[in-house]
Amino acid sequence: MWTWFYKLASPPYVYGVAAAFVPWLLGFAALAIGYGLIAGLGIAPADYQQGEAFRMIYVHVPGALLSLTVYTVMAVASGIALIWRIKVGHAVAAAAAPIGASFAILALITGSLWGKPMWGTYWAWDPRLTSELILLFLYVGVMSLRSAFEDPLRGDRAAALLAVVGVVNVPIVHFSVVWWNSLHQGATIVKLAAPSMPGSMLWPLLSMWLGFMLFFGAVLCMRLQAEVLNRERQASWVREAIK
Amino acid sequence: MTSDFWSMGGYARYVWPCYGIAGAVLAWNLWAAGRYLGAAKVRAARALAMASSEAR
Amino acid sequence: MTVGAWDAFFLVVHRELCLSFRRPEQLFQPLVFFLIVTTLFPLGLSLQLSALRDIAPGVLWVAALLASLLSLDSLFKSDADDGTLEQLALSGQGLTLIVVAKTCSHWLVTGLALVVVSPIVGTALGIPTHAFATMMLSLALGTLTLSWLGAIGAGLTIGLRRGNVLLSLIVLPLATPLLIFGAAATDRAISGTSTAGAIYFLAALCVFTCTLAPWAATAALRITLE
Repeated sequence: MWTWFYKLASPPYVYGVAAAFVPWLLGFAALAIGYGLIAGLGIAPADYQQGEAFRMIYVHVPGALLSLTVYTVMAVASGIALIWRIKVGHAVAAAAAPIGASFAILALITGSLWGKPMWGTYWAWDPRLTSELILLFLYVGVMSLRSAFEDPLRGDRAAALLAVVGVVNVPIVHFSVVWWNSLHQGATIVKLAAPSMPGSMLWPLLSMWLGFMLFFGAVLCMRLQAEVLNRERQASWVREAIK
Repeated sequence: MTSDFWSMGGYARYVWPCYGIAGAVLAWNLWAAGRYLGAAKVRAARALAMASSEAR
Repeated sequence: MTVGAWDAFFLVVHRELCLSFRRPEQLFQPLVFFLIVTTLFPLGLSLQLSALRDIAPGVLWVAALLASLLSLDSLFKSDADDGTLEQLALSGQGLTLIVVAKTCSHWLVTGLALVVVSPIVGTALGIPTHAFATMMLSLALGTLTLSWLGAIGAGLTIGLRRGNVLLSLIVLPLATPLLIFGAAATDRAISGTSTAGAIYFLAALCVFTCTLAPWAATAALRITLE
């Protein structure tokens, strides 16, 4: 039953699977994001309090959720690589880091643009924003640490340890609006209750979230192929794979 | 109706840059990943060529 | 002759303290840095003491953070350079025990020194004397947590070019909760409101870090030493 898991530890298998998945993931991502954009920008009614400005939610929330998800993926892959010495885990973590960092930047910038009309300021040192900024610093730290080593495997393992240590920030970002008095609004979808948003606004948001996830999957597969190639350059299977 | 759409109830100068940044981030991810993969394939081919020429 | 765990612990602590006091100027440098950085703020802002009081907790904590980061270099580097670290790892005593001993002795000569010097700095920044107890307690808890976070970072960055910058890049994001709650505790002590919440949180962070960080720091050292 676990054979699919064991197969994923094999670099040539992962390379092939990733290459095959990319077009499907991109295609479905385009569909989900397309529907999300059309419904979110055109069909969903304007918000009672925020007016048309609330539509920024359709890029801000998926970006923020993805920045957290990607870090978790990176931390889990790093943990697997450290504990069971499965090198493909390092490849996944290395591939995920720049994608997650870009989503964190997206969340911070779109949040800043949303904050100006709603809160009157581009930035506030409130727990949610601060912890998201720290998440970005952690991404940068992991990427810098990996590239600072001359021995790539040592760099991978050091960066993996840092990724695992830093994962403590992910629940902090998520629960910051619960634990502290925050300017930022509370959780609307990722919580153990019914979503606090009407359907016409919710479905485009869920679709954008799904689309971003599928997009992340596609880009991850592309970068994963490259990371696997970089780590396995001398292996014999590479000759056939890159034809 | 379309001018209402573009003006986004007066919030246009926040909403559209938001979507622009989002589009840019997605586009950058695709472009950078494509470039990275291409470079990795080139390096792998070069490493294989060197290895096979040394083996001779 | 086998050496028991406690004996090994105290041997390593004794060694570290002897080595530290053999070069006392190395102990004073972070303290002087602490004093200098604290001086820069009032000079740059040219505020009266009464106005300085408002920013004093933050300035004090940022300066303490930076001074601690400076001193982290000495935790593993010299032992890694001359091979002692490998010998300690091969010694048969658990590497975790040795890491705990090294970090504790490091805190004794750096963090605790910062705590002792802090009243001087506090007076320079206009912090009233009734706030000193909280200030020193929060600094004690904070610098201990920081020594442990720094141990993880130092373990990961031994022997890297520009390892110092990378160490700061790794440790500072993880240390931000310390800064927030430490400065909050001192701030509340100055204004006279209850500091209990902030101190409890600092203590919780300290306990959390002291429990888990030894394993992370040992793992980091094993990665570097392989």
